[in-house]
Amino acid sequence: MQAFLHQVLSGFATGGIYASVALALVMIYQSTHHVNFAQGEMATFSTYMAWKMITIGFPYWAAFLLTLLFAFVLGVAIERIIVRPFYKAPVLSVIAVFIGLLLIINSLSGALFDYTIKPFPSPFPSDAWYGGPYLSPHEVGMIFVTFVVLALTFFFFRFTPLGLAMRAAAENPVSSRLCGVRVGWMLALGWGLAGLIGAVAGMMTAPVIYLDPYMMFSVLLYGFAGALLGGIDNPWGAVLGGFIVGVLQNIAGAYLVGTELMVTVALVIIIGILVIKPSGLFGRPIVTRV
Amino acid sequence: MATLETSRPATTAAAPLFAGLSLRVWQIIGLAAVLAAACVLPFIISSYQLLLANQVIVYAVALLGLNILTGYNGQFSLGHGAFYAIGAYTTAILLDKTGIPYWATIPMAGVLCFAVGFLFGLPALRLEGHYLALATFALAIATPQLLKYKDFDFLTGGVQGIVITAPDAPGGLPLRADQWLYFFCLLWTIPLFIVAWNLLRGRTGRALVAIRDHPLAAATMGIDTARYKSMTFGVSAMFTGIAGALGALLAQFVSPDSFDFFLSVRFLVGIVVGGLASMAGAFFGAIFVEFVPNIADLLSKAAPQAIQGIVLIGCMYLMPTGVMGLVRALGHRLGRRVAR
Repeated sequence: MQAFLHQVLSGFATGGIYASVALALVMIYQSTHHVNFAQGEMATFSTYMAWKMITIGFPYWAAFLLTLLFAFVLGVAIERIIVRPFYKAPVLSVIAVFIGLLLIINSLSGALFDYTIKPFPSPFPSDAWYGGPYLSPHEVGMIFVTFVVLALTFFFFRFTPLGLAMRAAAENPVSSRLCGVRVGWMLALGWGLAGLIGAVAGMMTAPVIYLDPYMMFSVLLYGFAGALLGGIDNPWGAVLGGFIVGVLQNIAGAYLVGTELMVTVALVIIIGILVIKPSGLFGRPIVTRV
Repeated sequence: MATLETSRPATTAAAPLFAGLSLRVWQIIGLAAVLAAACVLPFIISSYQLLLANQVIVYAVALLGLNILTGYNGQFSLGHGAFYAIGAYTTAILLDKTGIPYWATIPMAGVLCFAVGFLFGLPALRLEGHYLALATFALAIATPQLLKYKDFDFLTGGVQGIVITAPDAPGGLPLRADQWLYFFCLLWTIPLFIVAWNLLRGRTGRALVAIRDHPLAAATMGIDTARYKSMTFGVSAMFTGIAGALGALLAQFVSPDSFDFFLSVRFLVGIVVGGLASMAGAFFGAIFVEFVPNIADLLSKAAPQAIQGIVLIGCMYLMPTGVMGLVRALGHRLGRRVAR
C-alpha cells in the first residue's frame, strides 16, 4: 500500500509536468487550431539556455527568470517569423512546418550544447524539510511550481484586460478585430506564453530525467496524451488530463508493463481516447458545418 | 490541400509538344530511357554506388506508399517508419528463424503490413489532420521501444537486432550478389509502381482525391469514405512494408535504432520535396532522402537534421508542390510556347 501511494504521488508530480506541456499545447491550439509539434524542442532549447547560464555562474532563480524571458521571446519570434505565413495554409503544410521546426531546434540544441547527457540542478535542496517519505523535495517543489504556473495562468486569463483580449481573439477573431483587439499580436503572445510554460516544464523535469536534446520527446508525447484526454480545446481539462496521464503512466510502469514500455502506454492512451472519445473528457465535440 | 494541382488540362496531353510528338509519347520515351539506364547501371558503377542506387529504389517504394496515403488521400502519417520497420523485421525474423527463402518473405511482409496498416487505419477513420498526425507521431516514437522490449527478445534480438546474409544470384546468372539484389529490388519496384499507377489513374484514384479535397462532398457523391480510407491506409502500409523488407535485405541488418522517429520524418520530407500526389516525385524524394543527410553531414557535422528542417520549411514556402510540381509547371509553359 505504501509503495502504491508512493507511485501515485510521484506520478502526480510528473503529471504536473505533463499538465504544463498540455496547457502550452492547448494555448496554441485554442487560438489557431494548430498542434505544435515543436513545443517540446522549444522547451528543451530553453532549458539548455538555463543550463548555460547556471554553469557560467548565474544564481538559479536569476537564470530561471532570464530563461522564461528568453522562452517567451523565442515563442513570439517563431510565431511572427516562421508560422505566421502559414496561418491559412492547409493542415499538411502547417504540420510539415512544425516538423521542420522540431528538426531545426533539436539539432540546434545538439550543435550548440553537444549531445552528451548533462545533469541539471534542482533548486530544491535534497535535505529540505518539505521532503517526505513519499515524495522527494524536488517532486514537492515540482508540484508547487506547477500549481503556481497554473494559478498565474488562470489569473492572467481571468482577471487582466490582456488575458480577456487573448481569449476574445481565440474565440472570435473577426469580432475581436472590429473591437480593436490586435489579433495577430494576440496569437504571437499566445505562442510566447506557451513557450514560457514549456520552459518551466523543461527546467522542472530536467533534474529528474537529465538534460539531452531528446529530453522532451516522450514528455511531449505524454503532454499530447494529457491534452487529448482532457479535451484539446479545454485548458482545465488538459491540465487534469496531464495529471491523470502522469499517475496512470507511473502505475502502469510500476505494476503492468515495466519501465521499458512507458512510451507505449502513451501510444495506447492516445489511440484509445481518439477511438472512444475523440473530444476528450471535457472537450467540445467537433461539429462541421455542411 | 486546395493548393495541390493534380489535374492537367486535357489539351496539353494531345497537343504536339516537341518535334511533332505529343506529351504522352515523350513521357513513354522518357520512361523507356530511364528503365534502360536502370538496367545498365549495375554494370558500370562501383559496388558502393550500386548500394546507394539500390537504397534510392527502396526508398522510392516507401515514399510511394506514403504518397498514396498523404498526397492522394490527404491522410497524414508521421509514423510510416513503423511500417517500414515491420516489413524489415518480418523479413529478418523469417530468414533468421525459419527456412523460408528470401524471395518469399517479401510478400509475407507486404501482407502483414497491409493487415497492420488496415487495423491502424480503422481508428484513424475518425481522425482528421492533426489528430491522425498525433496518433502516428506516437506510433513512430513508440516503435524502437517496442522493438527493444525484452519479452520479444527471442524474436527481435532486442537491442542487438538481427544480422542476415544477402542472397546470392540464382544459379546460372552471371551476377554478383549486390547486382542480383539490385535487380531483385527492381523486379519488385516496377510492378509496384504499375499497380499504384493503375490504382490511382482510374475510379479509385479519383475517389481518393475527392476524399482528400472534400470528404463531405465525396460521401454525398456515394463514395464509401470509410472503406476507401482504411483500405488506403492498408495499401500504403503494404508498399512501405515491402520497401522495408527489401531494405532489410539490402542492409543485411536490422536494429531498433535504425527505425526511430527521424526515419518517419525523412519519409515525410521526401514526399514533400519530391512532390505530393506525384508518382515520379517518389524518386526525387528518394534521392533526397538518401543523399541529403550525407551532404548535410558535410555541410554541418553537428546539425545535420537542421538542414532537413530548413529544406522542409523552405519547400513549404517556395514550392509547396515539390520538384514534380516544378517540373510540371515548366512542362506546361514549354508546351504552351511550342504550341503557339
